[in-house]
Amino acid sequence: MSSPAMPQETLVTTGATTRWSFGRGFRGWVRRHGKLSAGLTIMGVLVLFSALGPLYVDTGDAQPMSAMPDVRPSWEYPFGTDDQGRNLLAVAVVGLPLTLLVGLIAGAVAIVIGTILGITAGYVGGVTDVVIRGISDVLLTVPGLVVLITIAASIEGVISVGLMALVVSSLAWMWPTRTIRSQVLSLRERSYIQMAKLSGMKTHEIIFFEIMPNLLPYLAASFVGSVSAAILASIGLEALGLGPQNEPTLGMTIYWAMTFNAVLRGLWWWLVMPIVLIVLTFISLFLISAGLDEIANPRLRKES
Amino acid sequence: MTALLEMRGVTQVFGDPDKGGTVAVEDLTFSIDADHASFTSVVGESGSGKTTLARILLGFQEPTHGQVFYRGEDLASAGRSVHNRFRREVQAIFQDPFEVYNPFYKIDHLLSVPIRKFNLAENKRHARQLMEEALSQVGLRPEETLGRYPHQLSGGQRQRITVARALLLQPKLIIADEPVSMVDASLRATILETLRELNLKFGISFLYITHDLTTAYQVSDNIMVMYQGRVVETGGVEAVIKRSRHPYTQLLVSSIPLPDPDRRWGEDMVDASEEEISLAAHRRQCSFAPRCPHVMPMCREHAPPLYWPLNHQASACFLESDFGNGAAPDVLDRDITHAFAPVAPELRSSRELVGSESQKQGGITM
Amino acid sequence: MAVSIASARTVSTDPVLSVNGLKVHFFTRRGVVRAVDGISFTLHKGERFGLVGESGSGKSTTALGIMRTIQEPGRIVDGNIALYADDMVVDLASLQPEEMRQRRLADVAMIPQGSMNSLNPVRRIVDHFRDSILAHERNVPDRQIIERMHELLRMVGLQPAVARLYPHELSGGMKQRVCIALSICLSPKVIIADEPTSALDVVVQRRVMETLAAVQERLHAAVILVGHDMGLLAQFVDRLGVMYAGKLVEIGTVRQIFDNPLHPYTRLLIDSLPTLEQRGVFRGVPGLPPSLLNPPSGCLFYPRCPSRMEICQHVAPPLVEVEPDHWAACHMYQGEGRQEVVA
Repeated sequence: MSSPAMPQETLVTTGATTRWSFGRGFRGWVRRHGKLSAGLTIMGVLVLFSALGPLYVDTGDAQPMSAMPDVRPSWEYPFGTDDQGRNLLAVAVVGLPLTLLVGLIAGAVAIVIGTILGITAGYVGGVTDVVIRGISDVLLTVPGLVVLITIAASIEGVISVGLMALVVSSLAWMWPTRTIRSQVLSLRERSYIQMAKLSGMKTHEIIFFEIMPNLLPYLAASFVGSVSAAILASIGLEALGLGPQNEPTLGMTIYWAMTFNAVLRGLWWWLVMPIVLIVLTFISLFLISAGLDEIANPRLRKES
Repeated sequence: MTALLEMRGVTQVFGDPDKGGTVAVEDLTFSIDADHASFTSVVGESGSGKTTLARILLGFQEPTHGQVFYRGEDLASAGRSVHNRFRREVQAIFQDPFEVYNPFYKIDHLLSVPIRKFNLAENKRHARQLMEEALSQVGLRPEETLGRYPHQLSGGQRQRITVARALLLQPKLIIADEPVSMVDASLRATILETLRELNLKFGISFLYITHDLTTAYQVSDNIMVMYQGRVVETGGVEAVIKRSRHPYTQLLVSSIPLPDPDRRWGEDMVDASEEEISLAAHRRQCSFAPRCPHVMPMCREHAPPLYWPLNHQASACFLESDFGNGAAPDVLDRDITHAFAPVAPELRSSRELVGSESQKQGGITM
Repeated sequence: MAVSIASARTVSTDPVLSVNGLKVHFFTRRGVVRAVDGISFTLHKGERFGLVGESGSGKSTTALGIMRTIQEPGRIVDGNIALYADDMVVDLASLQPEEMRQRRLADVAMIPQGSMNSLNPVRRIVDHFRDSILAHERNVPDRQIIERMHELLRMVGLQPAVARLYPHELSGGMKQRVCIALSICLSPKVIIADEPTSALDVVVQRRVMETLAAVQERLHAAVILVGHDMGLLAQFVDRLGVMYAGKLVEIGTVRQIFDNPLHPYTRLLIDSLPTLEQRGVFRGVPGLPPSLLNPPSGCLFYPRCPSRMEICQHVAPPLVEVEPDHWAACHMYQGEGRQEVVA
């Protein structure tokens, strides 16, 4: 329903649309979607940093014994070095993409599982829905971090980044399942779905061609949420020392910094580097998520 | 007569009737002829069961009791090919001209999907041609409508496109659920006229579901008046509306706000509490009794059958049970279409069309 | 509670609300949409005035404008709204937001479109009344609120037991009557009802309109009924204003308008109404209303008008009094050697 304060039925649309709409193309788009643009910009900077970093610093220096230990940030070592001789700039260049990768993989796995299960439960309904909902509801109540710690601690040997991602994603799929299921439940009763049935579309065609496109904003927002949660979980595990010991991820850096009492010893740069990068990552993910929310829900936009 | 679509003893119950559930449709037997085009209205308030009736006929709802037959096949147990044929021959037009469009796609999608799924065209060009023809037939200009998104068109345009879609498939039956209630007054006549033309020119049967008696009168040949899931009066539209026999029909007709300041709303209505009304729906009694100005003791103890006092009019009211000379009329306990009047042939020629005038002058401008 | 609407009505000649040259424009990215472009009419005490038009005619926007509830990007850009209250004349258009808030509900009340679906689903009916009354009169003891509520519910024909219910437990007609009761809780002088019966069936519609009539008589209030159903308006209002593309094209008594519609649009509109007289006759109004974004100069009905003349394309006709109290904005009734000379 359009708001009663707006005239309807005029041929010129003043309704909101995200397609190639008014206002000087790209610049207008950026202005209208401030949060999304800001978030994407920050993420872009982080990605560029990771991509171009290896051109300026030897990634091998992210391993211990690559440089003088305990050096403050300086021209030679812009981020300083840590107690074991790692060049922290190299650590940043190597660790940031690893952290992002963990988030990406885990988020993607969670979203794929969540979409498949959510759409099935929502559209097919019946026993399938009860089963899927039951399992996801039970797992939602499980304290995730505890389980993750248990799993991570019981894995013998060295954990790889990929394994981390899988471990984290095992508990990240429930929320997307539930939210996507709710969306599908509401979309299922729409008249255009009935129309599609009347036009001879089969169930799987309806799901793919009629429902999925309208889920895209929610899928995107869910994805970003999953990525955030995954990164947080992985950093949490790593900071407790349960991560990949041989990889210089941001979380592991925090672990080492705490183990070697960086703060007490005044080696502040050792902690600041990972913290700043993590904070920037989460700010960008939050802004992207909020921006996507605005697109999905037009009422949140600044101008109607 | 071969029946295209037939409901036999269909009852639809939601929930448990003894614990506040509702009987949406009660024991309805009704058919639509495959060989002769009909235009039938189903009229009632909300809660009358008319929308449920539509959903059952379209196969979206399986009735609690009774069966729905498509060309003799029970829809509940029919196979894929029967269902495909069913979908081809029975189509619908819905009330909300916006909700029927998937906002992700251009309006072309609404037309292109059925063309593709029912193999109506040989290639893309042919498909485009079909779409353009259908749009022109409902008075739209293809160049102004194809390629647009739903929100870029007016409600009237969008509703016409759904009619165009129904036309593409050349179905045998179109179930139109409140097709003009969300459309501006000035456009209603045009759309209804289009529907009537489709009926008369192309032989497409219509089931027109509405709460608006006036448009039902305008456009249909026969009518079923429903109240709380039961048919209370049925027959030829002229008789049922001009010479209503059932007190509920009379109430409906007298409540129509006529655009004539000299003819004000009719006699006073009988007050009944919501409780009384809903209780009456569950008991074995006339469901209209709490609101009936002519209620008699027996109305609260028995449910009146559909009496059939005249050839083309039947009314479920105990007032009919006695001709006055001790004789009782027949009861219409089978297909209610037996009380329907045949289509008046003279209607086929008299059509005053402001629309068709301007069409001759170069298209209805939209 | 069946009140016959056809009772003889004498309407006072004292004005209670006078709208003059009201313009409400929406400043959007694409340009300025002139939703309401110069509306003037007078509402008298105890009168029922109807504002009829189709989607996009500006009738709802006019109602919202009078209530000063237009939101960005819309603004009242011109005109005044004179409220005759307690021996004073107040211009609602120029009041500060807080002053207007006090006038709202107390002097001018509105039953907005779709209001029955806007009742708060998690609050009982009695709480709705508490919210409304306490928002205006701070320290009313609860007992008084309950008493007033019972009286209001009685006025609209509802049982006191309704107060304890939640909105979803009521039928459409009952919810709408609750909305009427809420709107009159402070005994306003003017009640604006915007499509109060649009989702309701004929029988319920009649009941709701009868309720509104009864309420109005009891309060000696004036009513502005905004709608698109000419039949409903014919049954209920004394005077009628026909709106098209943001302007008033005809004003007159209901009898005048139906017996002798002056403006071609009014004529077409009345002709297009289905009646129980003839079957199979369909008369629509071809064409579409114009875009209000950059409206052309001249009469906005020109493209669709069966009686159009050369001048209509260039000059917008003003509203003139063609016969006593019957006004039309059409060049057929202007001077300059056209068909009829204005009295």
